[in-house]
Amino acid sequence: MAKILLKGNEAIAEAAIKAGCRFFFGYPITPQNQIPEYMSRRLPEVGGTFLQAESEISAINMVYGAAGAGARVMTSSSSPGISLKQEGISYIACAKLPCVIVNMVRSGPGLGGILAAQSDYFQAVKGGGHGDYRLIVYAPNSVQEAADCVMEAFEASDCYRVPAMILGDGMIGQMMEPVEFREPKKRALPEKTWAATGYDGKKPRAVINSLYIEAEQMNEVCNQLAATYRQIEQNETQYEKYMMDDADICVVAYGTTSRIAKNAINKARAEFGIKAGIIRPITVWPFPTVVIADAAQRCKAFLAAEMSMGQMVEDVRLSVNGKRPVHFIGTTGGVIPTPDMIINKLCAIKEGISHGGSV
Amino acid sequence: MAVVFKKSSMITDVPFHYCPGCTHGIAHRLVAECIEEMGLEKRAVGVCPVGCAVFAYKYFNCDMYEAAHGRAPAVATGAKRVHPQNLVFTYQGDGDLASIGMAEIVHAAARGEKITAIFINNAIYGMTSGQMAPTTLIGQKTTTSPYGRDAEHCGYPIRVSEMLSTLDGAAYIARVSMHDIPNINKAKKAVRQAFETQMAGKGFSLVEFLSTCPTNWGKTPVESMEWLKEHMLPYYPLGVYKEA
Repeated sequence: MAKILLKGNEAIAEAAIKAGCRFFFGYPITPQNQIPEYMSRRLPEVGGTFLQAESEISAINMVYGAAGAGARVMTSSSSPGISLKQEGISYIACAKLPCVIVNMVRSGPGLGGILAAQSDYFQAVKGGGHGDYRLIVYAPNSVQEAADCVMEAFEASDCYRVPAMILGDGMIGQMMEPVEFREPKKRALPEKTWAATGYDGKKPRAVINSLYIEAEQMNEVCNQLAATYRQIEQNETQYEKYMMDDADICVVAYGTTSRIAKNAINKARAEFGIKAGIIRPITVWPFPTVVIADAAQRCKAFLAAEMSMGQMVEDVRLSVNGKRPVHFIGTTGGVIPTPDMIINKLCAIKEGISHGGSV
Repeated sequence: MAVVFKKSSMITDVPFHYCPGCTHGIAHRLVAECIEEMGLEKRAVGVCPVGCAVFAYKYFNCDMYEAAHGRAPAVATGAKRVHPQNLVFTYQGDGDLASIGMAEIVHAAARGEKITAIFINNAIYGMTSGQMAPTTLIGQKTTTSPYGRDAEHCGYPIRVSEMLSTLDGAAYIARVSMHDIPNINKAKKAVRQAFETQMAGKGFSLVEFLSTCPTNWGKTPVESMEWLKEHMLPYYPLGVYKEA
């Protein structure tokens, strides 16, 4: 299929349709409006249903209803709206319902701003809502990868019965790039015999539920979820390594920031002789802990670069586990880091290394 | 021997957790009988609330959801849109439907969502042990209105049926009571008509059941029925408020 030029938001919407998503429940919020708008136009053409809910809360509960009925379903929002969805996401996680949730992150806290940020990292990868649960979180850094991740997210979500999130930002959503819709690797997905479709007596009565009033039962459910999460960590962790073979300094960056970091290390190598490379998490949960821990055997220092006040850096530190210094550079509020900011930081780190210190 | 009463096949054999004298049992039976009599056993899907009926998924013998507090109409919307041939109903109390879930019920009605809400109005939060509800009457004492509900302080009880009947998407809205046999028979007819409205694709339907809560009202079941008649009926008049 030929490449076409699309905004990230549109590519995400079309990728969902190509992945078989036929239900979408949303609510307007900048900077993700092109997703519901696109869905409202396209879903009727393919026999699907778009519905604009009265709130993000209602939208995520419609997702709960549709996912519980066995459909491929998606919702999208941006930071404050994702906060409103957290209760529903927690219920969805506990009820083991597959679905895809898109967060085109804007700056915060509070109403914040409408420009790109990565300050919802904690919320996305540490649970977000109440209770012990995880989402499979994809953090694409291009329009092409956003489309690929959406298709993959539906497959993975159905495979594990764990909700998946696309963690983009205003930049990924609004930017136009060429995109080609590529089929993800097909998985052998089990039939959704658990779905509430009507009780015909041929299979057990479906109960879509997250209530376990007995302590032992709730403990057991959480243990089952945790076992699934361990499988996901084993099988679904995705990352990209760039210039890491001889790197002294390993930059860890995802999404939009990873593109800036790539420019920065190219220039740092060419102009300052700094051997820097990148490990780019494509899934931020599961986080590429093992590959970062492995890099800590050889790299002398790490630099986490993010559009936040320092969130992913905590996972980098956990992965490095005290073996090497882990530095941080971040901007937020809609301020995009420049390659020079990262280069300056790399120069300072190199200076520290050559003086034998651990800055 | 002649069978004079038989439990509906749409009710499971799991013992109810409801308090003795509570009217949830009657409401469950009426809903179950209507599903069975309409031959919709295999197409019925229910959505439970958070509140006293939180375990209703154990009792209705059909596919069920347990929703977050107040969100049952949104969950039902998702369920119905995926399987429009199904009979989808929510079963919600007054705290769930008229307080935290007010947005969801109003918009489901406004959209003409083809679902049926079974709304249990007992003027109190039962499950959490008797706090003031949006339907608590003026002067009524609860654990969070210990001096009696004061309109000056916390406003007035909401008449949900009247309010929803103003919406064009609402096709059938009725308020019924369970304080005596004739009213229970009327209540069943209302449920039946609500379900028929849904299956005919006419729009949103709701049946509001005036109900008792002997435990949290601090009354015997018989006294509770009397209290309902004396205090609730004047403020919440029975009748069909909308019929498309």
